[in-house]
Amino acid sequence: MTIKRSSWSIPYLVFLIIFVVLPLVLIAIYAFQDGQGHFTLSNVTRFFSDADSLGTFALSLEIAIENTVLCILLGYPAAWILANKKLNRSAVTIVLFILPMWINALMRTLATAELFNMLGITLGKGTLLYGMVYDYLPFMIYPIYNTLNKMDKSYAEAAEDLGATPLQVFTKVTVPLSMPGVTSGILMVFMPTVSTFAISEFLTNNKIKLFGTIIQENINSSMWNYGAALSFIMLIIIGISMLFQGGEEPAAERGIV
Amino acid sequence: MNHNDIIINIEHLCKAFGDKVVLDDINLYIKNGEFVTLLGPSGCGKTTLLRIIGGFTNPDSGRVTLDGKDLSGMPPYERPLNTVFQRYALFPHLDVYDNIAFGLKLSKVPRNEIDARVRKVLKMVSMSDYEDRNVDSLSGGQQQRVAIARALVNQPRVLLLDEPLSALDHKMRQDMQIELKEMHQKLGITFIYVTHDQEEALTLSDTVVVMNEGKIQQIGTPADIYNEPVNAFVADFIGESNIFNGTMIEDRKVSFIGHEFECVDEGFGQDNPVDVVIRPEDVYIMAHTEGAQFTGVVRTCTFKGVHYEMFVDTDCGFELMIQDYNAFEPGSTVGLLIRPNDIQVMRKERTCNTLAGEVVDETHISVLDGTFECAPLEGFASGDKITAEVAFDQVDLLDHQEEGVVAGSVHFILYKGDHYHLQVLTESGEYLYVDTQDIWDKEDLVGVNIPPAAFKILRGHDD
Amino acid sequence: MMKKFFAQAYIWLLLVLLYAPLVFIAVFSFTESKVLGNWTGFSTRLYRNLFTGNMQGSSSLLSAVENTLLIALVAAAVATLLGTVAAIGIHNLKGRRKQAIQSLNNIPMLNPDIITGVSLFLLFVFLGVSQGYLTVILAHITFCTPYVVLSVLPKLTQMNPNVYEAALDLGATPGQALRKVMIPMLRPGMVSGFILSFTMSLDDFAVTFFTRGTIGLDTLSTFIYTDARKGGLTPELRPLMTLIFAAILIFLVIINVRQARAQKLAESK
Repeated sequence: MTIKRSSWSIPYLVFLIIFVVLPLVLIAIYAFQDGQGHFTLSNVTRFFSDADSLGTFALSLEIAIENTVLCILLGYPAAWILANKKLNRSAVTIVLFILPMWINALMRTLATAELFNMLGITLGKGTLLYGMVYDYLPFMIYPIYNTLNKMDKSYAEAAEDLGATPLQVFTKVTVPLSMPGVTSGILMVFMPTVSTFAISEFLTNNKIKLFGTIIQENINSSMWNYGAALSFIMLIIIGISMLFQGGEEPAAERGIV
Repeated sequence: MNHNDIIINIEHLCKAFGDKVVLDDINLYIKNGEFVTLLGPSGCGKTTLLRIIGGFTNPDSGRVTLDGKDLSGMPPYERPLNTVFQRYALFPHLDVYDNIAFGLKLSKVPRNEIDARVRKVLKMVSMSDYEDRNVDSLSGGQQQRVAIARALVNQPRVLLLDEPLSALDHKMRQDMQIELKEMHQKLGITFIYVTHDQEEALTLSDTVVVMNEGKIQQIGTPADIYNEPVNAFVADFIGESNIFNGTMIEDRKVSFIGHEFECVDEGFGQDNPVDVVIRPEDVYIMAHTEGAQFTGVVRTCTFKGVHYEMFVDTDCGFELMIQDYNAFEPGSTVGLLIRPNDIQVMRKERTCNTLAGEVVDETHISVLDGTFECAPLEGFASGDKITAEVAFDQVDLLDHQEEGVVAGSVHFILYKGDHYHLQVLTESGEYLYVDTQDIWDKEDLVGVNIPPAAFKILRGHDD
Repeated sequence: MMKKFFAQAYIWLLLVLLYAPLVFIAVFSFTESKVLGNWTGFSTRLYRNLFTGNMQGSSSLLSAVENTLLIALVAAAVATLLGTVAAIGIHNLKGRRKQAIQSLNNIPMLNPDIITGVSLFLLFVFLGVSQGYLTVILAHITFCTPYVVLSVLPKLTQMNPNVYEAALDLGATPGQALRKVMIPMLRPGMVSGFILSFTMSLDDFAVTFFTRGTIGLDTLSTFIYTDARKGGLTPELRPLMTLIFAAILIFLVIINVRQARAQKLAESK
């Protein structure tokens, strides 16, 4: 008798089609319809002819890229130190980095904003970036830490044996081998920052609008078709950045217990 | 044979996974209380055969009967057989006691009886004090004992064992072999044992079934299989052996390694090519050359614990492996002698490659899914079915697959004293047999080329 | 030595920056002031208010907490069930079908929350479903289940395939083998999938925001968002957050101590 349990995936497949595929198709459909349900390109052309929307879009991308780069620059050394047994002997330290993620992100963001207020720092792009890095840094550190930690020590030892200096070991062995961690870190930082809306509203007192905010505003004021068009454009951006990352499997690294 | 003695009968069993035929018309009967070993290299189909008996895999055709009752379609949990799996497959979430009691609890055996039976098998496998232990905390050997106990506690008619000792180290494996043998004698139930280790098979079994490429090669007692292998594969696989090409001159007279020898085999006809097997311990080696049938020069001599293993270059340029209790200095000339009884003559399965194909044009034919150039054909039209014969030593093997007309991989290697006889699996799924002086390894990827003059083209072929 | 000092200093600097806002909230949970950052003397009144339900600000805070927990519990439970069954199915699939469903499974994880939120909002509009508890729970199941699948699948791959067959061999029917052998072995993956789903559901803002409809359903996240947009943050949020943080801290300490103890026990054996 053969044991066939492959059919057990069918309920979930149906679920995925209804709640993942169909909704994404609906975004595309609504994006190319007017209020009466007729086909139109006007939603898309409206976006490309509106300087405000385009500006917001460019700013969102800029901030997302800056945030991602900052997270790598700050997070990689931290992950490397944490994974280095000589520099960090305690496994608890990494837990300390993850712990704040369990507190409601909006609450943490609000507290950060209030902290800036109390210190007399004006809210603006600087504080926005600080808040973004603050919120997303753990998402960069954890996957990198994971790959570095799982990395077979004998690679580094083999490189040393073949005459590499510690710096060469780092640049020629450690860094290339930890790239999968960096990739999933980028995936977990870049995507959410392009689309976030609450964080930017809190950290700039609504002075700076990001792409997520205008999507939210349109949907909430019943401009579904334009909102869908904006979402559609974001989906395309996601698709493109996925291509750049070679369709790496997304990090299960969020598994943090 | 007495039909009442037969517990398991396997008839015309076939199984393929996709294109790959794993079992090809297997027929086998197993007697009650017998210790039967299915022996063969990995991928020979032995594990699939065991899994079909256990009910984990369905055959494509043929059937397995137990006490004359057809088992087809019966799920494993209804079969009165139990299995000891290769990597033990103990349940990690249960302790030793609960692992062993698993089957008894399912069949609602009363508690006190479960207790008694679990204690009894634990005692039998010498694990009495381990009832409460977590299975992860046991050593490999201990896990193996628990796995055996878990199967035996259900009092199966037949115990199936799938390479149960392969994960243990050498010393532990030998100890477990003795224990298994004792267990078999004490319990009197039938054991079907799968292994790729010929030594294990010879040590344990009443009957050895040698398998290769989904076919049974030979069935016999360990002594039969060792002393009288039916073909070069069995001779090579069981124990160490020297295998040579030879010619049967007439009954009781065979020629190989450039000399004529007396032997005991008859019925091979006259001047027919044969394979000859000489076990390395069956060659007499002497410091003097008088009274010797032929001579040789010792090339290497290695101490192997009980005996010395020597490679000797014979006077006609063949390499001979010899095992003897005495050591002979490398470089020394020795006299050699082989008794008629120790010469095992086997019919050759083939004397050249026979390939089915068709004509492409006057100078090209298509065989092995590739187009080869051949000597100009006369009287053939394109599309004609042909059979091409190619001598073993006419096939060229190339280092890179893309350099050859067709690609293949080295599947099986036999050393014949002065050359290698290779079995090459081509991408068309056909086998090509090649004689070569070059050294190849198993699994090497090769390109295959056959020069135009090598093809001997015959009309037609039967599919 | 110097290297180690700098490394440690760097790590601690990051940690101080990471914890500053949390400490800030915790400190100001012990004062009565309405505005965060304004110290008006030590008081535990906010804590008392939280427990008596007699709030200074919006009293719907407690119902938001209730909603958050209820939604997270239901969504995580359903996601764990759906995801485990799916993982067993996916594990037994082969080739392109397996790849296809795994790619589909990745989509909700790759989609930014806002896309998941907007797309599901459009789905519910399209289907004419009135939005409320049900739609929020369905939406949460959508983004939680992939993580359950990813937690359970490795357990299946690591599982010795013979273990299931061994159960059948010993007389278990497929159903019994599933209950008595498979599920217990998958349990660690299911538990971490559940915990992951639960925390993600607790933390979600964007998806809830788009799928909760107009019936006034609030979770903690949407409550904070609306509250903050109105200008004043309900002061009782401060003790609430402090308590949650303390609870998580205690939970993690217990887990770590237990793990360390189990490890020691295993080593000593």
